[in-house]
Amino acid sequence: MKKRTNALLLILSFIILMVSCKKDIRGLEEDLRKFLGFEKPVHFPEPAYHFDTNPVTEAGFKLGRKLFYEPRLSRNNTVSCGSCHIQSSGFTHHGHDVSHGIDDRLGRRNAPPIMNLAWHGTFNLDGGVFDLDLQPVVPITTFEEMDETLDNVLEKLRAHPEYPSMFREAFGSPEITTATLLKALSQFMVMCISSNSRYDSVMRNEAVFTATEQAGYTIFQRKCASCHKEPLFTDISYRNNGIGIGFNGDPGRYGVTLDESDRYKFKVPSLRNLKYTAPYMHDGRFYTLDAVLDKYAGGMTYVQNIDPLLDKGNGQYGIELSAEERVQLKAFLNTLNDEHFVRNKLLAE
Amino acid sequence: MKSVIPSLLACSIFFAACKKEKTEPIFNDKNLAPLSVEFDNIVGGTNLYLNNTTYTNASGEDYTISLVQYYVSNFRVYKADGTSYTIPQNDSYFLVKESDPDTRFARLKVPEGDYTRLVFILGVDSLRSTLDVDQRTGVLDPSGGMDDGMYWGWNSGYIFFKFEGMSDVAPADGSGQHKFRYHIGGFGGYNAPTINNIREISIDLTAAGEAKVRKDRSSNIHLMVDIGKVLSGQNTISIATHPSVMFSDFSVHIADNLAGMFTHDHTEN
Repeated sequence: MKKRTNALLLILSFIILMVSCKKDIRGLEEDLRKFLGFEKPVHFPEPAYHFDTNPVTEAGFKLGRKLFYEPRLSRNNTVSCGSCHIQSSGFTHHGHDVSHGIDDRLGRRNAPPIMNLAWHGTFNLDGGVFDLDLQPVVPITTFEEMDETLDNVLEKLRAHPEYPSMFREAFGSPEITTATLLKALSQFMVMCISSNSRYDSVMRNEAVFTATEQAGYTIFQRKCASCHKEPLFTDISYRNNGIGIGFNGDPGRYGVTLDESDRYKFKVPSLRNLKYTAPYMHDGRFYTLDAVLDKYAGGMTYVQNIDPLLDKGNGQYGIELSAEERVQLKAFLNTLNDEHFVRNKLLAE
Repeated sequence: MKSVIPSLLACSIFFAACKKEKTEPIFNDKNLAPLSVEFDNIVGGTNLYLNNTTYTNASGEDYTISLVQYYVSNFRVYKADGTSYTIPQNDSYFLVKESDPDTRFARLKVPEGDYTRLVFILGVDSLRSTLDVDQRTGVLDPSGGMDDGMYWGWNSGYIFFKFEGMSDVAPADGSGQHKFRYHIGGFGGYNAPTINNIREISIDLTAAGEAKVRKDRSSNIHLMVDIGKVLSGQNTISIATHPSVMFSDFSVHIADNLAGMFTHDHTEN
C-alpha cells in the first residue's frame, strides 16, 4: 500500500514537474517575443521620470537605441552617445579620467553612467539639467563632445532611409522633431536599469550574502549609506566629498545655482557596477577603488563646503576604516556589480 | 434747398462715423481682433545698424553690434477701467531678431476695445521653461545652434537676451576677435533658487496713443527698444571690464538695464 502511494506520488510529482516545466518554457518564449516596456524592479522606489508624457513602447525604445548608437548625432558623424557610454563599462568611458569627444577634444568631467536614470530628477554631475528629455542636448551641442546642432541632427535623420518610418512607428508621424528625437532617446535611457546584481538577488530573497559580504554590508550601512542610499546607492543629492579641488577648479553645482554653499559639490555617484566603471570621481582622478578608500580612510583635509558627515569632530575629516573592514566593504561592493546589465543584449548596439 | 439735403446727409453720415469711432465695443473675450506690438531696435537717437556702425557707451567705449535677439512673452493688455486680457499661453512667445525684420512684430489677438496699458515679460517664464519638451515648439524649440541659439543645454533654460558685437577694448578671444558677448537668462532655478533675470515690462499707452482694437483694422503699438541701454542704463557696464556676461551674478545688473530699454513711441490705429 505504502509502495503504491509512493509510486503514485512519484507519478503525480512527475506530472506536476512536466506541467510546470512546460509552463516555464512557454513563459520564457513569451518573454523573448514580448517587449515588456518599463518595469519597476520590486525593491526599487517609484521612478521620477514622467512616463505619462512619454510611455515606453517597443518601437520608441528600438528607435531610441538606434539613436543612442548613431554617430550622425555628432558634427562629422564620428561620435555617438555609445562612444563615451559603453555598455561593457557600465555605460561609462572606462579608462578615461575625462572623456575625449569629437576630434579627440577633451572634456572636463568623467562620463557618468547611463544607469537607473528613470529614478533621477536632475542630471549631470552639477544637476544643471532637470528633465531627462533635455539631457541629450548637452552632449550633442557641447564643443568637446559632439559639437553639432539639433537642427543639423534633425536634418540628417530626415534624410536617412530608415528613420522617418521608425519615427512614424514610434510616434505616429514620420515627422522628426526635437521633441520626438529627445523622447526616443529617453525611452532607451530609462530602460537602462541595473537591478540584477548579487545584492539585488539577496534583497529579493533569492540568495544570501557570505559572512564577509554581510559584514561589509553592515559597514556600508553604518558608514556609507547616508549618501549612497539603497537601492540606487545614491541619494541623488549634491555634496562635497572632501577629495579636494580638481586641477581645473571645477566649481560643480555652484555653476548652476550660483550659491556659494554649492561650490565644489557634485552629484553623489551610485556604487553599482564599480567593477566596470573606473576611474572614479567627477574628474576621474582615482583609478582604483583602493585609491578612493585610501582618500576616505586617511588622506582627507578640509575644503570649502566639505560634507558635514565627513567631519570626525576632532579637526579631521574622512571615514574610519580598518584593514579588515576594508576587505569586508570591498566584498560587499563587489555584490553591486551587475553582469546582466553590462551584457544585456536588449541594450546593446 | 436742393443742395442742402445732400450736404445734410453727408454731415449726418460724418457724425455717425465719428460716433462709431468713439464708441468702444463691449468687452467680449470671444470677440478677438488683431493687435500687433512692434519692437523697433534703436541705439540712443539713431536706428540700429548691424556691424558697420560704431556706437559709444556711457563708459566712453566704442563698439559695433553684430547680434541682437530677445524673447518677449506673456502679453497682457489693460483697459482704462482695469479690465484686462491675457493672451493664451500658447500664442504668447516671440523671438525678436534684429537680423530678421519680420520678427519685430508680436502679432496678438485681443478682444475689441481701447487699451491704455501693455504688459509683457522680457524672457520666458519659469513655467514654460520647465514644461515638457512637447510644449517647446516654434521659437521655443531648443534646436538652435550655438551661434544664434537661445537655449542653454548644460543649465536647462532659455537665453532671454543675446547681444554680441565687437569692441577694441574687449580682449582678443581664441579666434583673435575682440568680441563681447552678453547672454542673459536665468528663470530662478528649477529645484534650487538662483538668479531670476525675467523682467516684466509695463507700458502706459495713454500719453503716446491708446490702442483702439477693432476687427476691421490693425492696431499697432510701436515701441522703441534702445539697445544702447544694455551698457548704459541704470547700471553702467564697461565692455573692457565685462566683455563676456552669461550665467553669473553680474548678469542681474544687465537684466536690470534691459527693463529700461522699452518706450512707447506711438500707436497706429
